[in-house]
Amino acid sequence: MAIAAADQVSMYRNMVLIRRFEEGVAEAYADGFIGGFTHLYIGQEAVATGSISALNHDDYVIGTYRVHAHALCRETPPRALMAELYGRSTGVCKGKGGSMHFFDASRYMLGGYGIVGGNLPIGVGAALSMHMQQQDRVVMNFFGDGASNQGVFHEALNMAKLWNLGVIFVCENNFYGIGTDVRTSSAFNEIHKKAQGYGIPGHVVNGMDVLAVREKCEELVKFSRQGGGPVLLEARCYRYQGHSMTDAGKYRSVAEAELWRKRDPIPRLAKSMLEQGIVDQAKLDQIQQEVNETVEDAMRFAEASPRPAPEALYEDLFVEGPLA
Amino acid sequence: MPELRYYEAVQRALAEEMARDERVFILGEDVGLVGGTFRATEGLMAEFGARRVRDTPIAEAAIIGVAIGAAMTGLRPVAELMTLNFGIVAMDQIINHASKASYMFGGQVNLPMVIRAAAGGGTQKGAQHSHSIESWFVNSPGIRVVIPSTPYDLKGLLKTAIRSEDPVLFIEHEMLYNSKGEVPDEEYLLPFGVADIKRPGRDVTIVAWSKMVHEALKAAESLAHEGIEAEVVDPRTLDPLDIDTILASVMRTRRAVIVEEGWRKVGVGAEIASQIHETLFYELEAPVQRVGAADVPTPYASNLEKLALPDAQRISDAVLKITL
Repeated sequence: MAIAAADQVSMYRNMVLIRRFEEGVAEAYADGFIGGFTHLYIGQEAVATGSISALNHDDYVIGTYRVHAHALCRETPPRALMAELYGRSTGVCKGKGGSMHFFDASRYMLGGYGIVGGNLPIGVGAALSMHMQQQDRVVMNFFGDGASNQGVFHEALNMAKLWNLGVIFVCENNFYGIGTDVRTSSAFNEIHKKAQGYGIPGHVVNGMDVLAVREKCEELVKFSRQGGGPVLLEARCYRYQGHSMTDAGKYRSVAEAELWRKRDPIPRLAKSMLEQGIVDQAKLDQIQQEVNETVEDAMRFAEASPRPAPEALYEDLFVEGPLA
Repeated sequence: MPELRYYEAVQRALAEEMARDERVFILGEDVGLVGGTFRATEGLMAEFGARRVRDTPIAEAAIIGVAIGAAMTGLRPVAELMTLNFGIVAMDQIINHASKASYMFGGQVNLPMVIRAAAGGGTQKGAQHSHSIESWFVNSPGIRVVIPSTPYDLKGLLKTAIRSEDPVLFIEHEMLYNSKGEVPDEEYLLPFGVADIKRPGRDVTIVAWSKMVHEALKAAESLAHEGIEAEVVDPRTLDPLDIDTILASVMRTRRAVIVEEGWRKVGVGAEIASQIHETLFYELEAPVQRVGAADVPTPYASNLEKLALPDAQRISDAVLKITL
């Protein structure tokens, strides 16, 4: 199944945007504009890009605390995301969520969640909701290798299969739960095979190859949408940075990191598109230039945006009644 | 007026709301075929089908997570935790997810969901099955806490809870399920945040909720024989709390005793007593008294359990301490 040239270019642009956005975040964090925990997606771009691009616009996406890329894939404006990170009222969550809690109702992005595995049953609930409302919209439910050892992972898989719901569980296996190697934390570390314990088809894909991820996800989304029930995809990938901005990542060897950097998904797709004549170098340079400008614009916008008004402190807690 | 038992009031409220609104559905352990451990959902599966009265695995965290996801995407789930004791397993989903979603996502989403749970001790169920832990939830902003003492209050408040746009924890008392009370056939709703004066009196205000309302009424009867007229105020909802009605009552009586079945230390009673002291300190004839459970896990032996949990006698003793 060939992926259309225009889609490839679009995915390329998206991966470059994620990378440049995250680099901008790192700069802004170092400059003190962004606080708290900030988890970068650099290195893993192919996973969110390849998987989310296989969805319809009104399918649901729900993610973890490493969620910048997923919102970008859903086309939430970079301005709104950067402003959220800067803690400004123009942020996608009015500056109340921060890095780990991007949510965009208008784009069916059901949020990022800071508790490992916490989003998994919520995604299953969204799928149950689609099932009960007789809609064929599916839910793409992201998690990491670390989450596969959490209780709710197993509860969520069980319920999803029990009710045969349209959930695509996508494991972003970057091999480390913060600093703990998956081989140290998981008795059985072929995560895609954990699905089989629940009668769910489990697949594995090279998460550094965006075309492979996209192709596999198109197949899985179709399967789930047509009533095949839940599926699980393990995408093997690598984050180049530490777990968060405050983690230097010293638990990993230089050789290991270098090996993975050679598999970088962005030059990989560039090379493939150049070879196939889908783009020329000038086009790639143009994309990079446009993305750079987009991110710079987002950062300028964020810095110029106002902080939330003091009144915002008590807003949005309840819809009704006191403090509504 | 016709009489209903407390559990029948649950059934009636659920059936009416499910008939009224197609989006309302029930999920939980043994809620369907069995009809609920306390008969509260009896007959509903026959009436509304297994699609809307959904038996779940024993997986409390996922039950709540699924309800959150469904509430985010157009449905109005009523999740039953067989007992609130099991809700402790789901605390992360209740506190970290359900209670925070609206706020941390900047008001883009609200969760019209109800969590029903049986609570309370007094039937020798021992340390892990006798909790009255409403204070845990009242302490955490973002979730309403409703705790009715009579079939009438229960029915009106449960219907309001189901129609609420915000997450509601609805706590029923295990020992009240068979209690009877007048419930009109005509539809009615009771608002949150409105206390009910269960017995008027001029000498002392007793604030109590759930089963403790009945203990307080017994205490008031015996106190009346000694010439002390106690006013019993049932807040009915602890979030929002109708502090105005409580303060107005104490303003008249100048004395207050707060009664809860839960542990006394850092309980809801401590909060209410503190608010009374902050506002009416110079109006009081005596310090506000608190009655609550002994600060130990609930013991099994019937004599020890009786010693651990508050009752009418201990309420009377507390009243006498400040009225004689």
